[in-house]
Amino acid sequence: MDNALKQFHLHKFFTIIKSKLTGDFIFKNLAAIIAASAVVILLITGWVLATGSVPVVQKFGANFFFGSAWNPVEGREIYGALPYVMGTLVTSGIALLIGVPLSLGIAVFLVEMSPRTLRVPIGYLVELLAAVPSVIYGLWGLFIFRFWILDYIEKPLSTYLGWIPIFSGTPFGLDIFTAGIILSIMIIPTVASISKEVISAVPNNIREGAYSIGATKWEVIRHWVINYGRSGIFGAVILGLGRAVGETMAVSMLIGNATGPAAMPTSLFQPSQTMASLIANGFLEATGSLQVAAYIGVGLILLIVSLLINVGAGILVSRVLKVKGGAIE
Amino acid sequence: MLSILWEVIARGAPQLSLGFLLNNNSNGGIGPAIQGTLILIGLTSLIGIPVGILSGIYLAEFGNNKYATTLRSINDILTEFPSIVVGITAYGVIVIAIIGSYSAIAGAIALSFILIPIVARTTEESLKLVPNSVREASLALGAHKWRTTLSVVLPTAKAGLLTGTLLAVARIAGETAPLIMTILGNRYFFQGLNQPMAALPLEIWRDSLQPQASMQAHGWGAALILILMVLSLNIIVRLASRGRLKR
Repeated sequence: MDNALKQFHLHKFFTIIKSKLTGDFIFKNLAAIIAASAVVILLITGWVLATGSVPVVQKFGANFFFGSAWNPVEGREIYGALPYVMGTLVTSGIALLIGVPLSLGIAVFLVEMSPRTLRVPIGYLVELLAAVPSVIYGLWGLFIFRFWILDYIEKPLSTYLGWIPIFSGTPFGLDIFTAGIILSIMIIPTVASISKEVISAVPNNIREGAYSIGATKWEVIRHWVINYGRSGIFGAVILGLGRAVGETMAVSMLIGNATGPAAMPTSLFQPSQTMASLIANGFLEATGSLQVAAYIGVGLILLIVSLLINVGAGILVSRVLKVKGGAIE
Repeated sequence: MLSILWEVIARGAPQLSLGFLLNNNSNGGIGPAIQGTLILIGLTSLIGIPVGILSGIYLAEFGNNKYATTLRSINDILTEFPSIVVGITAYGVIVIAIIGSYSAIAGAIALSFILIPIVARTTEESLKLVPNSVREASLALGAHKWRTTLSVVLPTAKAGLLTGTLLAVARIAGETAPLIMTILGNRYFFQGLNQPMAALPLEIWRDSLQPQASMQAHGWGAALILILMVLSLNIIVRLASRGRLKR
């Protein structure tokens, strides 16, 4: 009698499980679990960076974030990340300053002014620019482009305007300026392609309305089209900034690899260092756990800066999008 | 505008002139690097593409809840991670904790950290483009949801999936920063998943920093191969999708 009862319950048990364990159930939850890999990656990254930087933050505290010294000699070790944060900001700033107008120009040209036949090949070319790996940008910059910059921009600027502090120093090509310019080239495809989408999405009746009250083509573009798409363009700029901040290889090959207080950017023509390039150039030669921790700490700061830019931009763009009124979709 | 065209041409010239000097030999050439890059692409795709596609499927087909929205935001954040930070993470996890030495698998995992968010996002977008009528028709015929997704929706979105995946693979083929502290580089051919390995971007980077002209020429040759690989992947993808659009 007992046995039969047990078998009955077992049978009921399995029937319930089988009815729940349908293909859909398995599929949906399997997919959900695998999709959680994103969270796993995020958590692992955060954890490795945080625990890896503990030694160096513990030892130097706020000095690590705001100090400038960098001495890896055992016994006199001191690490400060400020010059590299400044380096990252300055190079990205140059990249934006030069790259955004160029990108906007390209986008506007492609959408508003170019003949149909040119649009596809030039758009193609810009997209292909984005596909080039950054080492190759660095290689090209190292052996070709920096001499152009050196001869045609830096030397003249230094000769005639060298008394201005940001142009001081003897340029020899591997400095913040070169790195910034290469960065600006690298963000052009990103910013330009998104701006192109944004500008093409501006409804034609806006343009026609502006023409009908007598605006010239240039005025239409400047006052109406770009204004309408400004939130999208802003988003594109921030995306470009995010890319510039995280860019490692091309910058590390062109920025001159300075460390310590000498890396603090005071002149455009001096060798410097960004957070990313510091890690790329120095990580493998780090001796001693404190030095490795210092590099990981810089990586942590880099990650935080990058996250702040991207998350902040997302919030800004969504706020601007909400406020923009009067648009008839 | 013109500067872009100018640069593309000027960039090509030095590479072409020095590039054809090098063949796929071993120590004197870049054979190990080519093999390494191919192995990395293969391993990373093996790990990353299934995970990425399944994540994208979840987000597209089942993604109307808070969990999915959070996942989507996290995915977007992940695509913006600086690649060197990904390298440090893989270093900490694999090189230090799991394997104990610079290894090929560490590089593959680092690259898959980059690949998965991109593939997930493009998969989700491609799947969202499939009209709901297709799904409803399949469900109306009595197919389960999972059957619908796998046999009907996925094949319909095949083109977009392929495009997104190939572009993502082309991108990671050129990534250098995560490889610096994971696979380290190697003068010889592949020696095992837990050993350092060579790769084209690494080779280019190291060669460019050498003072000897011969090493630099070596780097230019490697750069030529790498850029051919990456650009041809991109061009093939875009040509294929353009053809499809016309139809």
